[in-house]
Amino acid sequence: MSPAAKAASVDVRGLSVHAVRADGSSKAIVEDISFSLPPGEVLALIGESGSGKTTIALAMMGFSRFGGTISAEEIRVGDMRIDQMDEHALTGVRGHRIAYIAQSAAAAFNPSRPIMAQVIEPLLVHGQCSRKAAEAKAITLFRALALPEPETIGSRYPHQVSGGQLQRLMAAMALISDPELVILDEPTTALDVTTQVEVLRTFKSVIAQSGATAIYVSHDLAVVAQVADRIVVLKDGRMCEDGRAGQILEAPANGYTRALLSAARPAARPASQTAAENVLTVSGIHAGYGRVTDGVPAIPVLTNIDFTLKRGATLGVIGESGSGKSTLARVIAGLLPAARGEVRLEGERIAPRMEDRSREQLRRIQLVFQNADTALNPAQTVGQILARPLAFYHGIKGAQAHARVAELLDMIRLPASIMDRRSNELSGGQKQRVNLARAFAAQPDVLLCDEVTSALDTVVGAAILDLIDELRRELGITTVFISHDITTVRAFCDQMLVLYAGTPVELSTRETFAGAVRHPYTRLLVDSVPEMDPEWLAQRAAAERPALAVSPSSGPRSQPLCRFLARCPVAVAGTCDVLPPPVQETAGQRLMCHHTTAQLAAPAPLSEPVAP
Amino acid sequence: MMKPIFRTVRALPLSGRIGLGLVLFWIAIAALAPLIAPYGVGTFVDEEVFSPASARLWLGSDYLGRDVLTRIIWGSRNTVFLALGAALMAVAIGTSVAMLAAIRGGWTDQILCRAMDTLISIPSKIFALVMVAAFGSSMTLLLAIAAFTYTPGNFRISRALAMNLVALDFVQVARARGERSFHIALREMLPNMIHPLLADLGLRFVFVVLLLSGLSFLGLGVQPPHADLGSLVRENISGLSSGALAIVAPAVAIATLTVGANLLIDAIKPGAKT
Amino acid sequence: MAAAVSRRSPLASLLPLIAKRAASAVLTLFLVSMVVFAISALLPGDAAQESLGQSATPEQIAALRHEMGLDRPGYVRYAEWLTDMLSGDPGQSYVANQPVADIISQRLPNTLMLASVTAVLSVFAALAIGISSAINRGSRLDRALNIVTLSLVAIPEFLVATLGVLVFSVKLLLLPSIALVSEDATWSETLRSMALPVFSLGCIVVAQMARMIRAAVADQLDRSYVEMARLKGVPFSCIITFHVMPNALGPIINAVALSLSYLMGGALIVETIFNFPGLASLMVNAVTSRDIPLLQSCAMIFCATYLVLMLVADVVAILANPRLRA
Repeated sequence: MSPAAKAASVDVRGLSVHAVRADGSSKAIVEDISFSLPPGEVLALIGESGSGKTTIALAMMGFSRFGGTISAEEIRVGDMRIDQMDEHALTGVRGHRIAYIAQSAAAAFNPSRPIMAQVIEPLLVHGQCSRKAAEAKAITLFRALALPEPETIGSRYPHQVSGGQLQRLMAAMALISDPELVILDEPTTALDVTTQVEVLRTFKSVIAQSGATAIYVSHDLAVVAQVADRIVVLKDGRMCEDGRAGQILEAPANGYTRALLSAARPAARPASQTAAENVLTVSGIHAGYGRVTDGVPAIPVLTNIDFTLKRGATLGVIGESGSGKSTLARVIAGLLPAARGEVRLEGERIAPRMEDRSREQLRRIQLVFQNADTALNPAQTVGQILARPLAFYHGIKGAQAHARVAELLDMIRLPASIMDRRSNELSGGQKQRVNLARAFAAQPDVLLCDEVTSALDTVVGAAILDLIDELRRELGITTVFISHDITTVRAFCDQMLVLYAGTPVELSTRETFAGAVRHPYTRLLVDSVPEMDPEWLAQRAAAERPALAVSPSSGPRSQPLCRFLARCPVAVAGTCDVLPPPVQETAGQRLMCHHTTAQLAAPAPLSEPVAP
Repeated sequence: MMKPIFRTVRALPLSGRIGLGLVLFWIAIAALAPLIAPYGVGTFVDEEVFSPASARLWLGSDYLGRDVLTRIIWGSRNTVFLALGAALMAVAIGTSVAMLAAIRGGWTDQILCRAMDTLISIPSKIFALVMVAAFGSSMTLLLAIAAFTYTPGNFRISRALAMNLVALDFVQVARARGERSFHIALREMLPNMIHPLLADLGLRFVFVVLLLSGLSFLGLGVQPPHADLGSLVRENISGLSSGALAIVAPAVAIATLTVGANLLIDAIKPGAKT
Repeated sequence: MAAAVSRRSPLASLLPLIAKRAASAVLTLFLVSMVVFAISALLPGDAAQESLGQSATPEQIAALRHEMGLDRPGYVRYAEWLTDMLSGDPGQSYVANQPVADIISQRLPNTLMLASVTAVLSVFAALAIGISSAINRGSRLDRALNIVTLSLVAIPEFLVATLGVLVFSVKLLLLPSIALVSEDATWSETLRSMALPVFSLGCIVVAQMARMIRAAVADQLDRSYVEMARLKGVPFSCIITFHVMPNALGPIINAVALSLSYLMGGALIVETIFNFPGLASLMVNAVTSRDIPLLQSCAMIFCATYLVLMLVADVVAILANPRLRA
């Protein structure tokens, strides 16, 4: 990986991409795009879904999806005029002088070929070197990208490595031909926040080392802040703003850019007005899939979840994918019966199985699903969708129901005319509003929101959050808010429950959560969220310490060890790998860790592993 | 009501419009048979057998000197209505059972799937032959046999559709609301299955036409004095060596019906535009 | 070295999976035999009553029932039947009055020959048609092939057969309209007499198979990894050979097996038209003459063939899929 002296400059003038509609007419996906990029710099294309950022990036390789046509006064990459090349010439450029890193490595790797064959393919098809030399080069790259077992990882198949590793392997595939320009299309979006940091850091360093020019496509301003020299902000296929990264992030000139920035930094809401009565009590919940023996399911997902919520309070549940966040919502709603433990509603125990709950109990707990695309029946109109819970729970029918539906639509700020439309005619944000209105139609006491903004663009999602916050305060609804987005949860919730692999490692009030005492996993999670500061990634690297090589000692035990053990940077050999973690309670905080709260409060970075 | 239908028809590609035309043509012929048949179905109209087409007998005469056109018009009535009935029954039964399997899940689903997998492992024509051998061959039995033969096929498709739907959040929402299974099946799921189910109905229709005319061709289907298009081919098989219209015409009639239906299904099925 | 070792051991780990599929196929065959027996022997009325006619006294019927073993419970009769089937003695034909096994062993080779010749020819034809229309998606060739195959799959076999006879035997006098298969026929005679049956049978199977193969390949062409390969600068022909085909192999094998199973149904009609002395026409005769033991044996052979085809397809798909190999 010698630094390429041949990094290309990029000049784009008057780029448009048109797609052909079904009826033969053509529609511009992007229009009038111009920017230029000096050699060796990183340009970020920022925008929400549908802004055309990927389309522009692909046009740099003369490629457009679904038969779109690219037209431009000029697309120049180094000494190449991409806009004047034919397909044959472009084939020679792609994967050779311009390389591409796709968003989902899991889909972009061919599932039935070994990884090595795919990584070295660009070198072989362009006849750049022999297979043997190519493999040697790949292994060097694997090492540089901090991949485990660089010598043999190439002989595995894509499904045999993790998502973060696959993303890095794709970077190897792109960089192996020493390209002059690398295009990265949302390369970390599909990853968990803790993995994202690691991948981001390796990407940044290998791009810097290779010296190539790069175009980085993303919707996440904080991620872009870490890598970009220049930023182009896009909206609906047009350019909003183009400038140095520092200027865009600190002094944005464009209104839309400002909206993007403020949506990414949600303001903290005031604490909720809570009544004295406990509305939702969850105690000792164990749940999972498969046959249940002695209160433990064959595939356990959640272990020992406890919390209590007063009327009007909000609880944020955070954790990585697979941590059991959504399962918790399903257990409270009764969709997945708990194997052990109980759920109480105003002190009254309710059946674990939804089928055994009364209609009234079902009404009082409403679950809002993550993805409004699938949560709304595409065969029904908005009016039908909203009228059903009214008829089902409250017996409201006819004109009265019609009036109430109009009221609900008004509440979620949608016009009453939308009543006759079907959900597939609505935008993503509108769908999610209808999805919410359906839950509010039941007039619930408890609202379970499962990642309700994760499928939405930042600005749209921020508006939905504002709406939920406003309505739940107004109606005094107790809310459980499930999200992988720590920033939002912190701004939004009174209490925070942190799940790691189904265990509640920390439960804190907002005040204590903001304080210094944190579970090591919470700390990792919070520290992994990129900040808008370009120096963040570098500072983060300095603060980080690798996990100790502590492996759990074998032997049967009645109580499980700390689940975070293998990744914990402050694990203590002889304690953490032998004894189950104790639960420590202080005012406003409950932690599951061997370290005392005083030890956990030590300002990061902890210089030495703390002996208990 | 008429407007969306009109718009759908206009959106069809040429092949789909031809298919639609052929299907409507045969349904009209079948429905209007008593009105449009030029002669009595069993009337001997010609001294000569296997006579060629003429102004009087548009498709000539058959092996007994009856009018081939009349026989085809009446035969299509049996073919179209038997097949339509059997296809409707197969889809109705298959889909109901499939939704039951999808909603109940667990043991119900496993047993139903195993049973249907067993039935589908018997090639349809072989299955029909065993049934004909056992129960004989009357119109009612043929209807039942054809319906029963194609139920497992529809079950498979409907169950796949229903399983996808059951996993979707809006069905979970309805379940979490406390809706009964019947409501979920009828209101939440069925409306989302209608399109592929219509396509499958058309496909089953084609299969049943082919199965029944095949059986009749083997002499095991519709029995004289009744005739469907398949038995017309069989009864005139002696005219093959002379290349008589009496054998080619009914065979071509079946083909226009099934090919028409197939073209139509292909044009309306989702994603046909790619 | 390490790769070679790690590649061999997963293959061994596949054996349980394959054994499981095989066991499932055997179970299905067992259930199928129950269905066949139930429909043909248990459900339809009383054979004793039927053979004695309306005028028989109840005593006579009871005596005959006892003699035929019909008064024993169904599961006992089924067990006996199954044991006989498994021991290769499916009983005596009612009509021909000779062992069913003998009759079948005369006919089976003919059908196997017809089916295998048709299968080999149609697989090649279908692969060519299916793959070429998939990689030229949306082209004129693709649209034309789509209409042709779409029409062919909906055409009854006897139309293809009768038109074939009309053109090649009646008008052109090229081929015989009756397939005579005898021991002393020359190669060219056998070939000529097989041509029309193979053509009639193959036409529809090819169309079916080609459509499924096209769908399987087209589905792979839409995957992200194909776009990625293009963006790596891999030429289109290499994308098809090295990227698409390995992934499409499983679905293609499945399509081939499904279509070949259709050959059996088609053989019923084609063998009858051409008077071909095969198993399918034997079965049709068995239905006409209500020769139940013969019918049951034929049905079981067809079902077993179907299940074997599906099992082979399943196993090949497993072997072709690295996710299952691991």
